[in-house]
Amino acid sequence: MNDITTLAGPRVETTLKDWETDQEVRWCPGCGDYAILKAVQRTLPMIGADPANTVFVSGIGCSSRFPYYVESYGFHTIHGRAPAVATGVKLANPALDVWIVTGDGDGLSIGGNHTMHILRRNLDCQILLFNNEIYGLTKGQYSPTSREGTRSPSTPFGSVDHPAKPAAFALGSGARFIARAYDVAKQLPDVLKAAHAHKGAAFVEIFQNCIVYNKDVFGEFAEKKNADDGQLWLEHGKPMLFGNMKAGGTRGIALDRDALMLKVVDVVDGDWEAAGVLVHDVANRSLAHMLVEMPFGPFPMALGVLYDDPVISFEQSVVAQNEQLARNKTPDLQKLVSAGQTWTVTRDGPEL
Amino acid sequence: MTSLVPKGNAPVVRSFSTLPGKVLRTSGNPIPNAVEYAMASATSTSTALLSRNETAPEAVVVRFAGDSGDGMQLTGGQFTLSTALAGNDLATFPDFPAEIRAPQGTLFGVSAFQINFGSSDITTAGDAPDILIAMNPAALKTNVNELKAGGLIIADTGEFNDRNLAKAKYEANPLEDDSLARWQVLAFDISALTLESVKPFGLGNKEALRCKNMWTLGLALWLFDRDRQPIVDWLHAKFAKAPEIAQANIAALNAGHAYGETAELAVPVKQLHLAPAPAPEGLYRTVTGAESISLGLVAGAQLASLPMFFGGYPITPASAILHHLSRLKEYGVTTFQAEDEIAAVASAIGASYAGSLGVTSSSGPGIALKGEAIGLAIMTELPLIIVNSQRGGPSTGLPTKTEQSDLYQAVYGRNGDAPMPVIAARSPADAFDCAIEACRIAIEYMTPVMLLTDGYIANAAEPWRVPDMASYAPFKAAFLDHVPEGGLKPYARDEKLARPWIKPGTPDLMHRIGGIEKEVNTGHINYAPANHQAMTELRRDKVLGIAKGLKQAVEIGAESGKLAVVGWGSTFGPIHQAVRRARRKGLDVAHIHIRHVWPLPENLGDLLKGYEQILVPEMNTGQLKTVLRDQYLVDAKPLNKISGQPFRIAEIEAAIEGMLG
Repeated sequence: MNDITTLAGPRVETTLKDWETDQEVRWCPGCGDYAILKAVQRTLPMIGADPANTVFVSGIGCSSRFPYYVESYGFHTIHGRAPAVATGVKLANPALDVWIVTGDGDGLSIGGNHTMHILRRNLDCQILLFNNEIYGLTKGQYSPTSREGTRSPSTPFGSVDHPAKPAAFALGSGARFIARAYDVAKQLPDVLKAAHAHKGAAFVEIFQNCIVYNKDVFGEFAEKKNADDGQLWLEHGKPMLFGNMKAGGTRGIALDRDALMLKVVDVVDGDWEAAGVLVHDVANRSLAHMLVEMPFGPFPMALGVLYDDPVISFEQSVVAQNEQLARNKTPDLQKLVSAGQTWTVTRDGPEL
Repeated sequence: MTSLVPKGNAPVVRSFSTLPGKVLRTSGNPIPNAVEYAMASATSTSTALLSRNETAPEAVVVRFAGDSGDGMQLTGGQFTLSTALAGNDLATFPDFPAEIRAPQGTLFGVSAFQINFGSSDITTAGDAPDILIAMNPAALKTNVNELKAGGLIIADTGEFNDRNLAKAKYEANPLEDDSLARWQVLAFDISALTLESVKPFGLGNKEALRCKNMWTLGLALWLFDRDRQPIVDWLHAKFAKAPEIAQANIAALNAGHAYGETAELAVPVKQLHLAPAPAPEGLYRTVTGAESISLGLVAGAQLASLPMFFGGYPITPASAILHHLSRLKEYGVTTFQAEDEIAAVASAIGASYAGSLGVTSSSGPGIALKGEAIGLAIMTELPLIIVNSQRGGPSTGLPTKTEQSDLYQAVYGRNGDAPMPVIAARSPADAFDCAIEACRIAIEYMTPVMLLTDGYIANAAEPWRVPDMASYAPFKAAFLDHVPEGGLKPYARDEKLARPWIKPGTPDLMHRIGGIEKEVNTGHINYAPANHQAMTELRRDKVLGIAKGLKQAVEIGAESGKLAVVGWGSTFGPIHQAVRRARRKGLDVAHIHIRHVWPLPENLGDLLKGYEQILVPEMNTGQLKTVLRDQYLVDAKPLNKISGQPFRIAEIEAAIEGMLG
């Protein structure tokens, strides 16, 4: 389905160790970021990434320290601006493999504008948004994804504003790839691989456990004991089943055709077809709209690749236009400065 | 004296007084620098037009004023071209409202274009106009008081109806009473004459009236003995897809010209021929500041053998640079219209990081937004050019008016000790060399550089002797492409204290950079007190080191004396003229013009201390003055103008006389 996928460069053989730097990792002990870092370092060898050709760009926040710990090129920029810096990097050298690491505050609050526009333009890159629903580095203020009523140093009586939904925001911005996972999920490398295989902006929301300021806020689905009922792992062409997956899944997601909304149905004896369970189609944008809006609680958390339908990427279009317009033109600086209507001054005065 | 404006198309011309104008002569000044000749010598513009003696004036100031929908900027632009082609030296000043289409006929909707041209060197758009072409009552009202006594008003009676008079807040028609007695008036129904001339082309009334500006241009071309052909060619090209519009405009142009030729203008009006200005031999063109900056940036990138990445966001008066560059893709230029000013500069930083020459451009409010990212470029020590086309501030301020009030912002306007070189262009033509210089410094010193221009330079046009590009020394950018002896140190220093430029994609040189304080040499995160002290001093010394080898010259006058007039940016023209005039009167005054605003040339302090007094004219409340006082403990006196208009020569001349009187 992803027929315009191309790798940035030739495949390079590496191991996890090759992607570790000599810098001491400074996240809090037990932070979910460690697991994400390992998952990324595990993924990079699998996809044959070349450290010399790989660039990690980040903004500001706990997640944004990420580039210091990956043995590749890395640019730790300023708060919210990683997508803008990454756009310049990729336009200047489209052969580079660009990863953006951001958080809920960095990517959706101060940098929300850039996140919107990089997705709209569809720059070829992977955007890993670590969502922990809190500001960690500034010591625990509520964030744009914090749930209503979140008590924090800046909202001691509970927050009153409605949270942003990262995946819905991404889809609304025009994203062509949306995936979800959580820090310790064993499927995370597969999700990252799919994101990397997508040519264009690939948006991955990774639920991350901030053990200091927002501990276990995703426990209702991320904890092992809740996984069966709380997690819906989506796979293209497979039915949307959850609940005791060892038994093939006891419940599924179906469409309530009268209400035009999703519903949870019971699956008896594995007969999901009889229960009307939907088959996931990553290229179905209408379905993607329903999945990103599917509320956790009445529904399980939709994880995996929610949407993947590539179109030509921004830098490809820019390069194509630049090349087309430059074709058959010889750059001649002397001619350029002499352009327009000119006249020559001689000893006898000016002449046209 | 009363006279009535006759009905129909017969002209009425009234002359009121003998003309008081005086004609000052130029001294045949040698040209110090051929490339910058247009700014480098000067003459008086204090001439009166149409004086009864037979001496033709050396320079004339004409102002076209009309409704913002009347096409005055276009008219002015084409008149400028014809003036340049006639070999006159010239300077222009477009002055237009911030509103795109202000309500018709209103005082605040008036758009004006002033041009000063003549047979000797011109460096300012001129003080007071000799001729005012007023396309409606509002244009007359807002401009007439600046017209020289005895100057000529050309007015379109067709627009002086009750409705327009009321909009311009005239109680009576000024063409019909004595209120214009200080000037000569040439009033006739340009609207009707235009309609008549374009009749064969079957345009609607509204479209036909749009040709008024070309009719007026035709008359102006006749008045100054100009060739119409370049304008005809331009109209054909402009309206290639609508030949009937081109034909109508050409007919209007010819009709205006013919009107001047055949109408019996029983006036002191006669055809004027201004002899070409003496100029060095060579190929010439007209250039605006926005054009020459764009060309200079392209030239700078080419001299460095680098592709250029331009990240911009629309803002007046800086957008023209983005427009120009977006058409130059064959020169390795990628332009990116970002989602905001911050993304514009951040993308340019990203591009520089990846090995292009990153450039961004804006005006004051946008530069403010870029401030944090500029700090990142300082911290990560990447080349970056930031062009600031200054406008009146603070906040939104005066978007279409000129000011040079962003000097503090350029030199000081960032958090932390964040030193950054600042260069200021003096004129449209000078902006070309300044842009190249900015590129050179950015690359050789691995630093962001701010290039200051202003709304006046960006929009104004002047003749430019096309430079010989082979005469510019290349400054090829060098990238580190191997692990040096002793291991990779991304923050090692060369003799200029610049760090190596390492492109992602280079094998074996992977490293991380960012906005957190860097460790000396390694570039790793380091918060240690001694390290921060060392790195802050390194960043400071690197930028201060640029001053080595920069020698401040004196434009006119001796290297010591009673008074130095010190300027920067677009005040060059009026300061130069004023100093020249004062010196002709025998006053001991010199003109010093600063291009390198930061760091200042290393000899500037000693130079300034050789003068008894220092005067700093600026279109702000005294920003360079503060820097000079701070750096050299000299008693620099400010002369400030913050009206959104350039200095008049006379204003600076008066200040000089005041200090030396």
